[in-house]
Amino acid sequence: MSINSHYPQAEDFRHALNARYRAASIWQALFLSALLIAIISLLALIYNVLDGAFGFVAFDYKNDPAAYTSTPMSELTQKELAAILKDNLSSGAYNKLEKEQPLEKRSQAELYTLFLERLVELDTKNTWSMTESLLHENEIRAEVARKYPTAKLEFRSWLTPQFLVTPMSSKAEFAGVRTAILGSLWLVGIAILFALPIGTGAAIYLQEYAPKNFLTSIIQTNINNLSGVPSIVYGMLGLAVFVRVMEPLTSGSVFGVTDANGRTVLSAGLTMGILVLPLIIINAQEAIKAVPDSLRQAAYGVGATRWQTVWHHVLPNALPGILTGTILSISRALGETAPLIVVGASTFISMDPDSPFSKFTALPIQIYQWTTRAQSEFHAIAAGAIVVLLILLLTLNATAILLRNRFQRRW
Amino acid sequence: MENKYAIEANALSIYYGSFMAVNNVDMLIEAQKITAIIGPSGCGKSTLLRAFNRMNDFVPGCHVTGELLMQGKNLYSKDIDPVEVRRKIGMVFQKPNPFPKSIYENIAWGARINGFKGNMDELVEQSLLGAALWDEVKDKLQDSAYALSGGQQQRLCIARTIAIQPEIILMDEPASALDPISTLRIEELMQELKKNYTIIIVTHNMQQAARVSDYTAMMMLDKEGSRSGTVIEFSETKRIFTNPKDKRTEDYVTGRFG
Ligand SMILES: Nc1ncnc2c1ncn2[C@@H]1O[C@H](COP(=O)(O)OP(=O)(O)OP(=O)(O)O)[C@@H](O)[C@H]1O
Ligand SMILES: [Mg+2]
Repeated sequence: MSINSHYPQAEDFRHALNARYRAASIWQALFLSALLIAIISLLALIYNVLDGAFGFVAFDYKNDPAAYTSTPMSELTQKELAAILKDNLSSGAYNKLEKEQPLEKRSQAELYTLFLERLVELDTKNTWSMTESLLHENEIRAEVARKYPTAKLEFRSWLTPQFLVTPMSSKAEFAGVRTAILGSLWLVGIAILFALPIGTGAAIYLQEYAPKNFLTSIIQTNINNLSGVPSIVYGMLGLAVFVRVMEPLTSGSVFGVTDANGRTVLSAGLTMGILVLPLIIINAQEAIKAVPDSLRQAAYGVGATRWQTVWHHVLPNALPGILTGTILSISRALGETAPLIVVGASTFISMDPDSPFSKFTALPIQIYQWTTRAQSEFHAIAAGAIVVLLILLLTLNATAILLRNRFQRRW
Repeated sequence: MENKYAIEANALSIYYGSFMAVNNVDMLIEAQKITAIIGPSGCGKSTLLRAFNRMNDFVPGCHVTGELLMQGKNLYSKDIDPVEVRRKIGMVFQKPNPFPKSIYENIAWGARINGFKGNMDELVEQSLLGAALWDEVKDKLQDSAYALSGGQQQRLCIARTIAIQPEIILMDEPASALDPISTLRIEELMQELKKNYTIIIVTHNMQQAARVSDYTAMMMLDKEGSRSGTVIEFSETKRIFTNPKDKRTEDYVTGRFG
């Protein structure tokens, strides 16, 4: 009885219990509001991006379309457009287009874009965000009628299939992100191809082979700290090592690429690879650590060598965790901008990257560059490009996650 | 060369860093017999057992002094490869630890990495028969080993061990995680296995030691206040349980310890 007497009894106990429940519900409310804040921030982000990617646009034609054809513009067929272009373009410009791809082979949308760009010369006067367009339609119409009497007003999406497959252009209305998407894919591909095997190898060595001594603990600490180094520092490293010192290799001149310098997608990809290396090593180490020792013992117990144990048991069981590191790395490599600027991504380029030694641009570079322009239509396509970047990010991550789940589900 | 003794420890001491966990053990372990190692917790039974197939090599700082002889060769001499030792001396662990693979693969893997050239299906069947598991799993060889019960998993681990045809099988409390019926099956299995293999088993279960083993080694901390264990008495099981020489053994096996 004397032991119990130190605890609150009956009334006191219920009293204390109520106090405990109160404390618990306060904490629960706090956690819920934390979640709500997170959700609201996310929604605000998505809204903000989409808001810019759709909306009214006021535009005019420098040359009257009626001068080229009597058909209303919205009814022009592919054949008619090809004929108009052939008749009205200078022969030099026409032949150049024909050489890139014969006009009859091009789609109606593509020819229509050429028609607008080269002949009638679309001229954007102003753009409005989605919210403005929906809430203040009348004001906008009035403003356009007053300021640009001949202009037409149209609600448009800046994010079109055309936007995805068109290369860079100096006019926002005709610019696309094709070059930037391909550049980003090359970049991520090279970074992962470089960092995944090296990072996993380093993690295996550190976890399974390295003796636990002062040196390894220093190396470990350094790897952990490297993942926090600002990305611009990696950019400087990439510039010094890949662009300058290793120029013969990264420019491709040792492989016979002429007229080359080190500012290639290979240099940038390797820089990104170094940048994500700590991320991959740390995640792989955690995954390897999580493989139970009993499994290693089972393998050694039937006479396996260390390598057989690692290759057949440790690695396959650590693979989901290693892929988690890869997912994080993809996101990082896709979004980083600063190191790319340092290693010299091109800001205006319309040629697809087709080898590791190509000049390149990437989505974040393109977005950054468009947002710094004064004209509002560039801000609109920047918003469109951000949506593309987010979708690309989700797609790549979803692929890696699907892959990971496949490995996890095996047993 | 037929040797009466499968393995022989001479003045074997085992250290974790500077800490001596097992002190000066001499043991002659007879071939095709079951030898049990008993003793209170922490006296070094597992440490000694793992020393037999050099599993302690994976513990950083663990080293041995003295000799461990198998067919006249010291298993700890420089020219002996520990992988070869483990191939000849298999091990069954306290907690069943099948590979996260199919039942079939659990057995085939060890055989394959050791360069087995015969008929794999036959080997798998023979091993499962040998471990008294065949009838229960013959229709689901491609199922995950994790879908088996604990007792079945432990028998699978035994099957996996006998598949590589070792000379000695070490078992560290192989039945401690199992119910009485599974335990009994494992014990029956050991009686079967000893026709072909030398078995060394660590157990906390006195009845089990008395039931299954031919010889028993009694381990105990070597003196008051020390943390090093040693074998204080080693002889025929019957003798250990009915007429032990050492007072401490008698107290322990009759449950009057401490
Ligand atoms: N990996 C290790 N590193 C350091 N010391 C260890 C290690 N493993 C065991 N020891 C120590 O060695 C001594 C013997 O341990 P061991 O596991 O061999 O005992 P045991 O007789 O098997 O005990 P139990 O019956 O509880 O399994 C103990 O003092 C233990 O703390
Ligand atoms: Mg033990």
